[in-house]
Amino acid sequence: MYSIIAYSFISMAGIGGLLAIVLYIVSQKFKVIEDPMIDEVVAILPQANCGGCGFAGCRALSEACVSRDDISQLYCPVGGNSVMAEIAELLGKTIPEKDPMVAVIRCNGHHSNRPRTNQYDGAASCKIKNTLYTGDTGCAHGCLGEGDCVKVCNFGAISINPETSLPVVDDNACAACGACVKACPRNVIELRKKSAKDRKIYVSCVNREKGTVARKSCTVACIGCGKCAKNCPHEAISIENNLAYIDSEKCKLCRKCVGECPTGAILEINFPVRKATPVTSENEVLAS
Amino acid sequence: MLKTFPKGGVHLTDNKITAGKPIDNLPVPPTVTIPVSQHAGAPAEVLVQVGDKVKVGQLLAQSAGFISGNIHSSVSGTVKKIEPATDSSGFKKPAIIIDVEGDEWLETIDRSETLITEIKASPEEIIQKIKAAGLVGLGGAAFPAHVKLSIPEGKKAECLVINGVECEPYLTCDHRLMLEKSEEILVGIALLMEALNVDKTFIGIEKNKPDAIEKLSVLAKDYPGVSVVPLKEKYPQGSEKQLLRATLGREVPAGALPIDLGAVVFNVGSIFAVYEAVQKNKPLIERVVTVTGKTLSNPSNFKVRIGTPVINLLEAAGGVTEEAGKILSGGPMMGRALTNTNVPIVKGSSGILVLPDTESKRRPVESCIRCGKCVSICCMGLEPFLLMALTERNLTERLEKEKVTNCIECGSCSYTCPSSRPLLDYIRQGKSTVNNIIRARKK
Repeated sequence: MYSIIAYSFISMAGIGGLLAIVLYIVSQKFKVIEDPMIDEVVAILPQANCGGCGFAGCRALSEACVSRDDISQLYCPVGGNSVMAEIAELLGKTIPEKDPMVAVIRCNGHHSNRPRTNQYDGAASCKIKNTLYTGDTGCAHGCLGEGDCVKVCNFGAISINPETSLPVVDDNACAACGACVKACPRNVIELRKKSAKDRKIYVSCVNREKGTVARKSCTVACIGCGKCAKNCPHEAISIENNLAYIDSEKCKLCRKCVGECPTGAILEINFPVRKATPVTSENEVLAS
Repeated sequence: MLKTFPKGGVHLTDNKITAGKPIDNLPVPPTVTIPVSQHAGAPAEVLVQVGDKVKVGQLLAQSAGFISGNIHSSVSGTVKKIEPATDSSGFKKPAIIIDVEGDEWLETIDRSETLITEIKASPEEIIQKIKAAGLVGLGGAAFPAHVKLSIPEGKKAECLVINGVECEPYLTCDHRLMLEKSEEILVGIALLMEALNVDKTFIGIEKNKPDAIEKLSVLAKDYPGVSVVPLKEKYPQGSEKQLLRATLGREVPAGALPIDLGAVVFNVGSIFAVYEAVQKNKPLIERVVTVTGKTLSNPSNFKVRIGTPVINLLEAAGGVTEEAGKILSGGPMMGRALTNTNVPIVKGSSGILVLPDTESKRRPVESCIRCGKCVSICCMGLEPFLLMALTERNLTERLEKEKVTNCIECGSCSYTCPSSRPLLDYIRQGKSTVNNIIRARKK
């Protein structure tokens, strides 16, 4: 009677012991030596796994932080300078401060500016709409309004304004991970330098057609006239393919270009209202 | 028991309301817009300049590369502009806009209606003439015809298969052509049999066209090796692979072409164009277009010059009424909605279909209920619901494994889905992504 228990006990212990040896050998054979610092860096990172740093996720970034000697090129846009400084301190390395960025929608073509020429009845995806045709307005370059950027945003920072059917970025929630920039099939979204009080001056248009064509499809399109570039005291504006572009690194937010723009394509956001030239005040209200 | 393809497919109400309407000649419009990219492959190179006088049949743009096609003027007049214009694809593409003056044809073109049955040209000359005439597949894909006739080394053509299926509902242009130009079509077949050096031809026609089956069967008795194969009605039987399975009983393997089975497939419209190009020296400058829809007062079949604006056809068919919801270029299954009515008729336009508002709008998208209908109707044996989900998640490797590239974009899955999910929209997206990856890998 007791012998059954004894036999089963011995055989189970035997199997257990054997497996333990196998497991030990396997674990020794396939041992991965990992720096314990990686786990500590991961703990500091925000764990959004958004890919905004250019790596596959937070762990991949922390591995790079630990293994590389020079980490000045690495940056977590979500955590920002404070997190990077903490990592640098932990690892005893130096890291320069970077300017925080924010996503900006470079299209102001809402219904009254950019009349609809047809009705889209396909799948609700900008990517698909872009491969089907030039879009439901005369403009073949601007926002398609199906909200691919809203779907990819991990931080809930983008929403579609139902009145304009254009996306709106919440500057405080935006982590500048760049997911929306990649998702937009028409390259409407750009990451720009964040300025004090979230002030922004940018060309809210990506239409590369000639002035007459662009103007026909949208009243607030950039027509590439070059007036802004001529009047910019900081040489921050360049014109390429009939489209003006303001370099956010060079721009000093002097607002000279805003009044010069004949179509109102340049927007000034979060500035106090000017007394003399209220040209863009209407756009400002609509865009902000 | 009539032949058909066994896997998948849907049975559609055929709505062939214009089947009894003879082909009408549409008057030449005051201006035509001739896009230089009317075929699969590279756009043609423009040869004319603004202000040039052109005649009907004159070469406007020449083929740029092996897979490309010549473009000829369909009217006589002055070249007004060369600029991008919106075509039925929904995008702006370079086009030649001509102001029509008179109707002066090149002398080399034989405009008489007399039937020429005698074959004088050698096989090489036939292929050369087809190439020079800018002939493309008129079934819809607009694949250059000379490419299909240039058999790659190591392969041999054994038979010719003629596509007279016209499985898309509403469209009747091929049906009318088979009835009215039956003798020309049989001469065209004889020309291609000569060019390809084959002795067998099968003409696949669905049984909803009994008059065409009968007429061609009787006439085919004079042409040895040519036989008519009546087929059961099933969509998408007009697709190359499904047609070969139905007529020859052999399946084209995944990734292979019909020539791997020794078969060359031509549409009846293309065959008629072959006859005109070789026997009459006439380049591809006009085609038969069905203008149809339940709300039109005079739906009909028209012989139209390439480049004619769609609005001219619609007006000839009675004009668009308030009830119209969508105007499609092509049939209801594979056609594309047009964004405006000024887009030109191109070589690949088989029909203009006006759908009433009540029939054309998509129903709201619901969740997938895993009923498996899309899987059972897919004629390529794919799993559309899975391909859509994979495309949404951007899992391209998995998409490639699930053979998304085999999809023929027939739209049966979207048609049959009880939750009205936009299956094909996503699959097309996934397919083009995977195709781009495969192409980049080969480089």
